[in-house]
Amino acid sequence: MDIHVRNIEKDFGTFKALDRVDLDIESGELIALLGPSGSGKTTLLRVIAGLEFADQGEILFGNQDMARVPVRDRQVGFVFQHYALFKHMTVLDNVSFGLKVRKDKPSAEAIRQRATELIELVQLGGLEKRYPSQLSGGQRQRVALARALAIDPKVLLLDEPFGALDAKVRKDLRRWLRDLHDQTGVTTIFVTHDQEEALELADRVVIMNKGRIEQLGHVDAVYEKPANPFVFDFLGNTNIVPVTLRNGVVNLGQGDAAIAESSGSKDGPALLYVRPGDVRIAADGAAGLPTTVQRVQRTGPIVRIDAEVFGSTAPITVELPHLHHDTSAFQPGAELRLRLLQFSLYAEDSGALLGASTPADAIGVAASRQRSR
Amino acid sequence: MTPLLATGTRRRIRKSAIPGFGLTMGFTLVYLSLIVLIPLSAVFFKTADLGLDGFWEIITRTRVLNALKLSFGTALIAASINAIFGVLVAWVFVRYTFPGKRLLDAFIDLPFALPTAVAGIALTALYAGNGWVGQYLEPLGLKVAFTPVGIVVALTFVGLPFVVRTVQPVLEDAEAALEEAAASLGANRWQTIARVIFPAVVPSILTGFALAFARGVGEYGSVIFIAGNLPNVSEIAPLLIVIRLEEFDYAGATAIAAAMLIVSFTMLLVINGLQVWSRKRSEKL
Repeated sequence: MDIHVRNIEKDFGTFKALDRVDLDIESGELIALLGPSGSGKTTLLRVIAGLEFADQGEILFGNQDMARVPVRDRQVGFVFQHYALFKHMTVLDNVSFGLKVRKDKPSAEAIRQRATELIELVQLGGLEKRYPSQLSGGQRQRVALARALAIDPKVLLLDEPFGALDAKVRKDLRRWLRDLHDQTGVTTIFVTHDQEEALELADRVVIMNKGRIEQLGHVDAVYEKPANPFVFDFLGNTNIVPVTLRNGVVNLGQGDAAIAESSGSKDGPALLYVRPGDVRIAADGAAGLPTTVQRVQRTGPIVRIDAEVFGSTAPITVELPHLHHDTSAFQPGAELRLRLLQFSLYAEDSGALLGASTPADAIGVAASRQRSR
Repeated sequence: MTPLLATGTRRRIRKSAIPGFGLTMGFTLVYLSLIVLIPLSAVFFKTADLGLDGFWEIITRTRVLNALKLSFGTALIAASINAIFGVLVAWVFVRYTFPGKRLLDAFIDLPFALPTAVAGIALTALYAGNGWVGQYLEPLGLKVAFTPVGIVVALTFVGLPFVVRTVQPVLEDAEAALEEAAASLGANRWQTIARVIFPAVVPSILTGFALAFARGVGEYGSVIFIAGNLPNVSEIAPLLIVIRLEEFDYAGATAIAAAMLIVSFTMLLVINGLQVWSRKRSEKL
């Protein structure tokens, strides 16, 4: 079922939870609503489910307007962060619940069969007679999922489904949920504040902030070309270097070093955003962003270097795979020139995207220009 | 056996990780004995003077039997009424906001605080044939004051807070997500209440019911004013005990008391069993 969100607005008192949100979700898609707490992502999910009503705008399932359809008639599978399982019912009864309360209730045997099938699907075969308190967190969430799938939902809505689980279980369930989605093909929307989870699991990501959609797109596209500083920052660790753009060339703040070419064209001051993992050490003699090493730290497989950028107050953090580098070479105080593999440029005031690294930059910096310090 | 092995064996006696079991358990036993067990066993010792036959003879007298039936019957009815309407009251307090809610909430506890005699007199004044309420009920053929109905009214009054106060916190703790889950699965309001919310509060309703019932069986002050105290009709067992005491028939009084204790204890045990059963169903470990 394809779902369309049109111009939805929702206030809680003076707090604007959703501010003119538009979103089109294709049938069979797995989509993530990603954002910090208070960004409106859960509210949007609840509005789609019918657990919350929008002040304005419309929700369409296919081309049917859902405004007057209460949650119990929407046929949505909703999975809650804290499972919301019925404690006094066994796993089997929990999963059968949605079938038992139906107006056109199937026969007891049919219900049992369907529930058993779903319990098998979520790999809990043999635990039908257990009560929720006898299950682990991961198992409980799978029961909740089976229960939601029992009503043949038009759309599956998951509210921070792995939020209450520990890291290891979370990772396993993530992969498992992706497989399950590929098996069942149910349109699925899930809410998360964990960018890694969203990027790993979803086809497309909706990044929300302050009740608005900041960016919507395919996982890779969003990660590689964040539309604004918020999205860039939210999707991972970030270094910010103030620079000047001149004729499509990125110069350091003082204009004394051209460090890279960009695909943007607007001249003027800009902020260069680059991830620690997208920075490398320039080869000897090659041009690069001149820095001085402040601190070197080894954490597991990566080496993290904090370096001071000439002409800038903000230090830059570099993360290098440990394997390829001899840490002892980088001592505090040593000069280091950095190559920026991938970066984005934003306007200082408006945050608009001015440009990004051109593919050529993958090799290094504007090689023709030397540092003139 | 080497000494080392011997210590090992002794150590095998299981010890709780939480210290102080001996001290607290000892205190609990002494306290319970002083406050509950010794006074209650005194009732049975005194009754034992009569012998089993004497005891049986006293408690099977018509007047005694009628008083016992009346006491337990009215207490059960009143506790049942409270179980239903107390839950309703608790529901309203938990689920809705309305002006004066806090004040009304405080009123619930009044039956706890009010001297029961005051309650009895007030209720009698209200429900007597010439009282505010009674004057309208009497023409309908409904006599409340000075009948068993009056006793039920008084016991309902004193028992109300028990159910409300035990159910209220449980309803407050009930996750809103449970109801939302039920609704998203297609359950209507009634199905949600009957299948999801109600099973979760049953143990607390039973607790409230047991407390209200126990209070009702032992209630004296409020009842004697409204009951009329006609032997065989509206005379409750506690009153009969007092009458026996005033006649210096101590053995007779304790015999009735012992009978009440036995019946009450059995009923509370059954209710407790029900509670454990329903709780197990919801929180099985």
